[in-house]
Parts: sequence; C-alpha cells; structure tokens
Amino acid sequence: MSNEAQVRRRIVQAAGVTAATFGLLAVAGCAGGGDSGESGGDVTIEFAQWWEPELPDGEFRALMDEFEKQNPGIKVELISGPYAATKEQLFAGAASRTMPDVVGLDGAWVSDFASQGVITDLSALMEEAGYDDSELASQVQVDGSTYMIPVVNFVYPMFTNDALLADAGVKAPPKNRTEFAEAAAAVTDLGDDTSGWILPLSLETPNGIQNDVMSWTWASGGTMLADGGPDVTNDDVASTVDFVQGLWDDGVIAPGSFTMKEQDKVEEFTNGRVGMMIDSLAHINLIREANPDLEFSVSAVPAEDGYEGERGIPYASWGIGVAESSEHPEEAFKLIEFLMSQETNAELSSIAGAFPGNKTSTPDFVADDELFADAFEIYQAGYPANEFTGLPVAEQLMRLFGEQFQVLLDGGQTTEEMLDKTQAAWEAEF
Amino acid sequence: MQDVIVAPAPQAATPEPPRRRRPLSRTAEPYGFLAPTLALMFVLMIIPVVLVVGYSFMDNVILNATPELVGVDNFVTVLTDSVFLTATGNTLFFTVGSVAAHLVIGLCFAMLLNSPLIGNIPRAIFRALYILPWLFTAAVIAVLWRMLLAPNGVINYLLSTDVEWLASPALALGTVTFINIWAGYPFFMVSLLAGLQGVPAQLHEAATVDGASAWQRFWNVTIPQLRPIIISLTLLDLIWTSQQFALIWMTTGGGPVNVTEMLSTYTYKLAFSRYEFSLASTSAVLVLLMSMVLAFFYVRHQRAGD
Repeated sequence: MSNEAQVRRRIVQAAGVTAATFGLLAVAGCAGGGDSGESGGDVTIEFAQWWEPELPDGEFRALMDEFEKQNPGIKVELISGPYAATKEQLFAGAASRTMPDVVGLDGAWVSDFASQGVITDLSALMEEAGYDDSELASQVQVDGSTYMIPVVNFVYPMFTNDALLADAGVKAPPKNRTEFAEAAAAVTDLGDDTSGWILPLSLETPNGIQNDVMSWTWASGGTMLADGGPDVTNDDVASTVDFVQGLWDDGVIAPGSFTMKEQDKVEEFTNGRVGMMIDSLAHINLIREANPDLEFSVSAVPAEDGYEGERGIPYASWGIGVAESSEHPEEAFKLIEFLMSQETNAELSSIAGAFPGNKTSTPDFVADDELFADAFEIYQAGYPANEFTGLPVAEQLMRLFGEQFQVLLDGGQTTEEMLDKTQAAWEAEF
Repeated sequence: MQDVIVAPAPQAATPEPPRRRRPLSRTAEPYGFLAPTLALMFVLMIIPVVLVVGYSFMDNVILNATPELVGVDNFVTVLTDSVFLTATGNTLFFTVGSVAAHLVIGLCFAMLLNSPLIGNIPRAIFRALYILPWLFTAAVIAVLWRMLLAPNGVINYLLSTDVEWLASPALALGTVTFINIWAGYPFFMVSLLAGLQGVPAQLHEAATVDGASAWQRFWNVTIPQLRPIIISLTLLDLIWTSQQFALIWMTTGGGPVNVTEMLSTYTYKLAFSRYEFSLASTSAVLVLLMSMVLAFFYVRHQRAGD
C-alpha cells in the first residue's frame, strides 16, 4: 500500500471513529432534556401554551417582558405551539413527569391531569401566597381543590346572518326554539343552497356536541349531569335531542354534518350560505376579514319556549395551571397572579377578543365594538356554562355522544335508545 | 500394459507463514462505522417497540404510576371489542381496494407513457400530470378532497348533485378509498414505467414473429418481466396502506358513526382520546403482528430475488 493510500485510509478511519463518537454523543444527548433552572441568579420558568400563536405577533411576549420587568430575577421562557401540539406535548410531559412549570390548560384536560397528580393544587398555592381569589370569575376544581384558573373566556353565542333572515321575512333573531325552527325553515326555503342552521358533528374534533348541541340544554337552564355523574337520559337532554332531530328531519340543517368541523361551519356562515350558527366570539374578526360585506349580529342561544330563567352560555377557556413537578412553584404562581391582575387580564382579553377571567377587568373592545358589546351584555345576563369542563376524558364523552347521535339522525335508533346507550357508555368512562 | 503410477516425490513440509494478528483499530473499524446507525436504531426503534410490547401486558400505563402485569387481558379486551373488528374489516377493504386499484391504474398509465405512439412532448406533459398526486402531502390531499367533495363543492356542482360523499354512512368508506387510490397510484406508475423500460424489445419482436397478439404479448412477455417489481410494490403498498392514518383522520375522523374507522384511527383514539395507553399499545402490537406477516413475505421475496 502506498504512503498516499495509507494516509487516506487513516483519514477514513479517523472520520469513522469521529462519526461514531458524535453519533453516540448525539443519542446520549437525546436522553437528557432541557429543563427550567437557575442561571446567573435568575430563575427561568417555562410556560407552555397555544395562546402566543393565536395572538398578534409579539403581543404575548410583550406581556411576559412586562412581567419580567416587574419581577426582577424571574425569566419566562415561552413554549408555544398550536393547540393540538400543545395538548400532545403536555400529555407526553405528564407521562414522563417533565411538564413545564406553568401550563396552558383546556378545561377538558383538568380532570385527567389532576387525577394523575401532574398539576398542582392551586388552592394551596393561593393560600401560601395569601392571594385573594374573590376577583376570579371562575375556577375549575376537582374534589374541591382548584387546579385551573380560566384566564380568558371565549363565549359561544348565536350568530345570525341578518341579510338572509331579512330576506326570509324574519325580523329579529329568534329567542325560543319555536321561533328558531320557523326562522331556520324560512331561510332554507329561500333555496339557492342556503340552510337555516349548521351543525358540525365530526368525530375527529367532536366539540360540536359541546358547543352546538348541549348548548341548547344549558341555554334553558338544563344539565347533563347529576351528582357529578352522567345523566343524559333526563328530560333536559332528551328535549334537546328531540329538537335537533326535528330540525334534521325538516331538512333545515346544512348538509355534510357528520364529517363537518368547526372551521367548515364558520366558512359556510362566512360565505353567506347559512342563516344561523352557534360559534365562538373569537371568530368575529375572522368573519369580518373574510367577508367584510356580511351583515351579522350575535344574540343569546334560544331557550325552550316559556323559559324565563337565567341562560347558560357555553364557553371555552384559556386556562392556566402549575406543574406538580415544578421546582419553582412560587415564581410560577407569581406569573399567574400577574396574568389575572385587573390591568393585565383586561389587556390580554382585549388582544385575544375574549372575556376576562378577572371580574373587575373590562376589555377595550366592549366600548369600541357594537357586536362585542352585545356579546358582553349576553355574557353578563347569563352564566358561563360548560359541563364538560373538568370531566374525565371530556373529548371522548363528546365523541361517544356524537357517535350515538349520528346513528339516531341516520334513522338507526330512537331517541330513548340513543340516550340509554350514551348513558351506559359515559358511565363506563366515569 | 502395466500402468505406471508416478508417485509425487516427498516434499519437505513448508512452514506456514506466521498469521499476522489484525490490529485492534482495523478490527474495530467496521463497528465504528456501524455504531451511529446501530445506536440510533436501538434508541428509536428497538426500545420503543419493546416498551410498547411491554405496555400491552400491563394495566393502564403512563396514567397509572404503578402499573401491574395483567397478562393477556388487554388482548382479550381489544379482540372482543366490536369497534376493533369493524376497524379490521374496514382496513382490509380499504387496503385491498387501494392496492388493487393502484396496481391496475399504475400499470395502465405506465404502459401509456411507455407507448411508442406518444410523442416526447405529450409524454413529458402526461408524466408530469400523472405524477402530481404523489407530490402532495396527506394533509393537502385531505383538505383538497374535502373541499372538492363538500355538499357545495366542485364535484357536486359538475355532477349537478348534492351527494354527501364523505358524510354519508353508505358512501364514506368508498370515498376515502377512492381518495387514497388517487393519492397513491403514481408510485406504482413510476416504478412500473422503469420496469417496462427495462423489458428487452427483442422479446416483444420474437413474440410478434411467432404470431402473438397484443394481449398475448402483454400477458406472456410484459407481465412475467414485471412480476418481481409487481410483487415487491404490492407487498410494500399493502404494508403502507394498512397503516394509513393522516388521510382518514383529516377527512372523516373514522366517521360517520364508525364506517371509516381503521386500525390506525382506532389505536389513536384509544391513546389520545381515552388515554388508555395499554389498550392502545395492545392494538398497536396487533397491527405490528399483521404488518410483520406482510413484511415476512416481502423479505422472503427479496431474498429469493437475490
């Protein structure tokens, strides 16, 4: 072998050994993970949420900068991603006990996380910090202890396409179920592919059961629970199911319900093909941007005929909690205190287009925007109602209801059979 | 005549040259090169597979801090679940339907593109058009077809109908199978086109001289020449299609009711909707076993080819 060949061989050998070493180091590096800690005397807390990507660029980071300014020595590292990615990340973190210090929470996850013992008891933290919780609009509790504080709430009123309703001879948004059914039929009779109402029942994202079906029960002061357990065979839920099935049989619901998702619903409404929908207030700006000419308004979800009591309004929250494994619970709670303070909560609500979790906060848009002002009035006149919040495997409960509901609407069973099967399926999950 | 045997003269035993021991660095060299790959495979494949198999024999892992062995209880639960059986049937229909159609359509288009009757420019245009579906990701395909097949979508407009292609329990499974066929045939087309270009022209000429018809040439010359490729592609496609998740999840989510529920969506729901990680692991192990049967035939076929 020539000298040149030997040198080349040595170089290849060295490259091989180096590659092997780096490969092993990289693999070993995978096992370790970054975690929050202290550097240069500062405490860094991690905050995982899906809120930052849903807010205007830089706005949420600016709030964190303000927090860091007010709390020297505490840094906040934001771990931001879309809702679904955040959910999967948190569930993986819960399994490995490596959750970030502060976590954005959906009410549907709280029961599972609390029962696993991966999120901490905020009641105890509040007591330790001497925090006055009287300003909090609501708290999500499991077994009497708070595990999540809703930071902002997105309510789900009824949206009406005013131009379509006017064309159909409907002068005002319906207030009860009979008026709603008549208005929906009148809009459908306009033809040209218009429908009176739209109902997303996709099993991939089954939140249509919560927002578009069970909202009718809550709007009439009804409930789907009894003593914290499932009670879907009661008259409140049966009446809702019968009402929706009546609308289905009358053909006033937009086609494609069984695989329709929330975004499809908003799209159909935005395109002016649907007279009414129940949807999040968070979509007002999206609808305005997509179709500036659309004339629409918001009102309370119609109640049962003759019902005069307070109306429950479905809502979804950006909730917050603290990981049980956090090494810095005090600092983590300081961040929660900051976000729930009157001024910050009002600011966050304003940029999110949501209603504040602090009762004393008033977002800017209430004064500036007529639609939001109307919604705020509805919100204050009723009470936030979402019985799925805090239930175990809440999404699965919605899916189980949705599966049986689809069979009913498809003519495969009676209302009684549907509710009995749902009740049995829910009891198995509880 | 007497045979003369010439015996070889005895030779002095020549000592064997002393065996030189290979230096350690040279012995270790191939292992050094293999080490990164082996380490990655161990961490990313072996460990997860072993963990999931282990989980399938325990009560609810991850959510349960101290899981215990439950034997084959999880397997009994999953195998007696009517939804699992429905999902298995749906997966079978979806997979066999998709793979058969991929093969037929892919072969037809490959032969079209290989035909001497088509000029070079039209050939290039058709090749680009036919391969398009392969360039889209599952998410894009799902969104595209959801829009096309919506009750107010383009397809219904063109057909002057208002069919709920994806939302109707009677049509949903056929519709998602159709979408998957559309998305997957280019893989067969490209591979078979390469195979067709490798078939010697003399074979066709000899068959023509012998008086074979076009169909006889196709059946007795083209197909035998393509058989190794067809078998490999079919086995690979069976494995891939049986594990299809994204397309189903993003078009129907397994619904309406559970008419498009596949083993992949069933497993996903167990894990991320019901948080039953042990049952999900059990379902995943069952899928793994089914895939291993196909993988066994694939590997055996590849070895036979070698």
